[in-house]
Amino acid sequence: MSKLLTISPSPHVHTSDSVNKIMYRVILALVPALVWSVFMFGVEAMRVTLLAVIACMAFEYLIQRFITKEEPKITDGSAALTGILLAFNVPASLPSWIIIIGALIAIGVGKLSFGGLGNNPFNPALVGRVFLLISFPVQMTSWPVNIHVQTDAVTTATPLAILKEGIKNGQPVSDLMHNLPSSLDLLYGNMSGSMGEISAALLLLGFAYMLWKKVITWHIPVFILGTIFVFQGGLHLINPDKFIEPLFHLLTGGAMLGAIYMATDMVTSPMTHKGQFIYALGIGIITVLIRNFGAYPEGISFAILILNGFTPLINAYVKPKRFGGKK
Amino acid sequence: MLKTFKLGGVHPAENKFSANKAIEKLALPKSVFIPVAQHIGAPAQTLVKKGDQVKVGQIIAKAGGFVSANIHSSVSGTVKKVDLATDASGYPKQGIFIDVEGDEWEEGIITDDKLVEKFDTDGKAIIDKINAAGIVGLGGATFPTHVKLMPPPGSKAEMLIINGVECEPYLTADHRLMLEKGSELLVGIRILMCALSVDKAYIGIENNKKDAIASLQNLTASDSSIEIVPLKVKYPQGGEKQLIKAVTGREVPSGALPIAVGAVVSNVGTAYAVYEAVQKNKPLIERVVTVTGRSVKNPSNFMVRVGTPVKELIEAAGGLPDDTGKIISGGPMMGKAIASTDVPVTKGTSGILIMPDTDAKRKTSQNCIRCGRCVTVCPMGLEPFLLMTVSEKQIWDRAEKDCIMDCIECGSCSFTCPADRPLLDYIRLGKGKVGQIIRSRKK
Repeated sequence: MSKLLTISPSPHVHTSDSVNKIMYRVILALVPALVWSVFMFGVEAMRVTLLAVIACMAFEYLIQRFITKEEPKITDGSAALTGILLAFNVPASLPSWIIIIGALIAIGVGKLSFGGLGNNPFNPALVGRVFLLISFPVQMTSWPVNIHVQTDAVTTATPLAILKEGIKNGQPVSDLMHNLPSSLDLLYGNMSGSMGEISAALLLLGFAYMLWKKVITWHIPVFILGTIFVFQGGLHLINPDKFIEPLFHLLTGGAMLGAIYMATDMVTSPMTHKGQFIYALGIGIITVLIRNFGAYPEGISFAILILNGFTPLINAYVKPKRFGGKK
Repeated sequence: MLKTFKLGGVHPAENKFSANKAIEKLALPKSVFIPVAQHIGAPAQTLVKKGDQVKVGQIIAKAGGFVSANIHSSVSGTVKKVDLATDASGYPKQGIFIDVEGDEWEEGIITDDKLVEKFDTDGKAIIDKINAAGIVGLGGATFPTHVKLMPPPGSKAEMLIINGVECEPYLTADHRLMLEKGSELLVGIRILMCALSVDKAYIGIENNKKDAIASLQNLTASDSSIEIVPLKVKYPQGGEKQLIKAVTGREVPSGALPIAVGAVVSNVGTAYAVYEAVQKNKPLIERVVTVTGRSVKNPSNFMVRVGTPVKELIEAAGGLPDDTGKIISGGPMMGKAIASTDVPVTKGTSGILIMPDTDAKRKTSQNCIRCGRCVTVCPMGLEPFLLMTVSEKQIWDRAEKDCIMDCIECGSCSFTCPADRPLLDYIRLGKGKVGQIIRSRKK
């Protein structure tokens, strides 16, 4: 025969899915929330997002090209995704130079110092975000008023901060309720906060899309949100004056963004559903603890990073159920 | 709710192009090459030499042990030589070359198509006949059937499970056989039940073969001992352990055989071969082979004599397409890529799949992104990503501890990996090594 045939071991067919598709689908899932954030915060939101994406991709390219000396892989979409997630986790008014520092930390320290995509123990966007929160606490907690409100104020407080401050001053939750947005406002995103976290409804829409495209499974987000709901619900039942009802905690801060888009980062979350349950349980509990008893009003970023650290341990000890095997 | 197995599984595109093509008898080839090792176990011992005249169905190589099988001539003619030649495995194998002259059958073989339902119910005699006919599992594993029918002392078969799943994409040989030879198949199943002295048989068929399910349900309407079990389409349901789980809910323990849960599994092709052997005295000399592929002109199902060169099948299906990049003996998930179309059809050849250039090559492998999909799809509950890593790093004790030997090599992990990592390649390597270590420990 004149023609040479390809010889390779089975299987000879492959799913049409790929790493790039996964990354771009997550990005697509985040678009509705991005549109909402531009609607709420105007051009500023566009500036922060574009800058974060471009900076992340540029740092990835430069580091891979000149420091680690490998083929730059910026087209795989993971750097762009880190950029978007970083932007979603900061206020829309954040100065550009801080964003660039955040991108450098996220990509340089959070990701490439460990060997790039797949090897980073911590979620790169969260590494960047937490670094900025600790280094630039003032800028990182100055939340701009949305562009539709007629007011002289430039900044405002997030619902979680209002709640925390009030409880610290000894006010019962019931008195604080009229200062807080209604659940409906929280659901569609009429509140202040980080750019991407405000509209729970649109984040859920992206979640539905990712489930449909089988990018992620439901386990981690549902377990995290479930844990927050149950734990906060228990606290609320014990002392409703000190602990607000649980739905509020699901709809505020980064609960949705964190549970659906950050905790599900494949690289840094456990492989088995059983492991994912433990991981999600930990994130939920720590989030509620920080929000109610910690110094920060919001804690899901810390909670995710802490459990990221436990992921290798969970993977080592939580084994899948073997077929026909002993336990 | 249709039954299926619980753990893992994938859904590759089915592409059963030849599902509506009736089985055609392929014209006799000019010459055949019949390897003496077409089964698991010891190779058969050659009984003929150069220049001998042989008839169709004449025994030409004798089983080389208990776990082995007789080999019969599939054609009549002259033995040209007994020599090495490459088979589908890619290795040179001992075999018998025969130049075909006419089509003269061995005496005693009934060649008509008349259905014979009555059979001698002596189990021992049945097993002897099956043994003599050289019947092996036609699903692909080619384990000698008579061995399966004699459970080791202390274990007792409770049921027979007939594998009509055909979960490999593209292949339709079993599908057509169930549709066209249903009555013969059922007699074969009753014979097997008798040999095993069990009073219950299940035929597991995936729900993408509704016509076969309906036809067999119709034929077994008055026989409650044979139950048709439609199954939800999911690969690798045709895996023995997965099929038993799907049909009965029982789980074969790690390292054990199906008989440990009272089950004996046989392929529909095997059951049909049993019918022919016991009722027609016809040894296993031909089988149904699907010839298919995206660019193949006439995807077909052929009844082919063992030893026929693959190229004759491809010619009969419209010739080798211009864009051919890879030819696979078997299905796309577990089949073997062959280097030449001169290799023969053997007892285990269920299909010839021709893949175009565009599908032939693998994509470049990327870093593992730890998505865990390989873990989710593994039907044995293993961690392919981990087994690959420990095999790569040659940490064999760790590989053994993490159950590498349980891997059934179904390929679901490699299929599903979004980073195109060669998971199964490394797991096979590790299995080989760990297997060696385990064997040397026993010595």
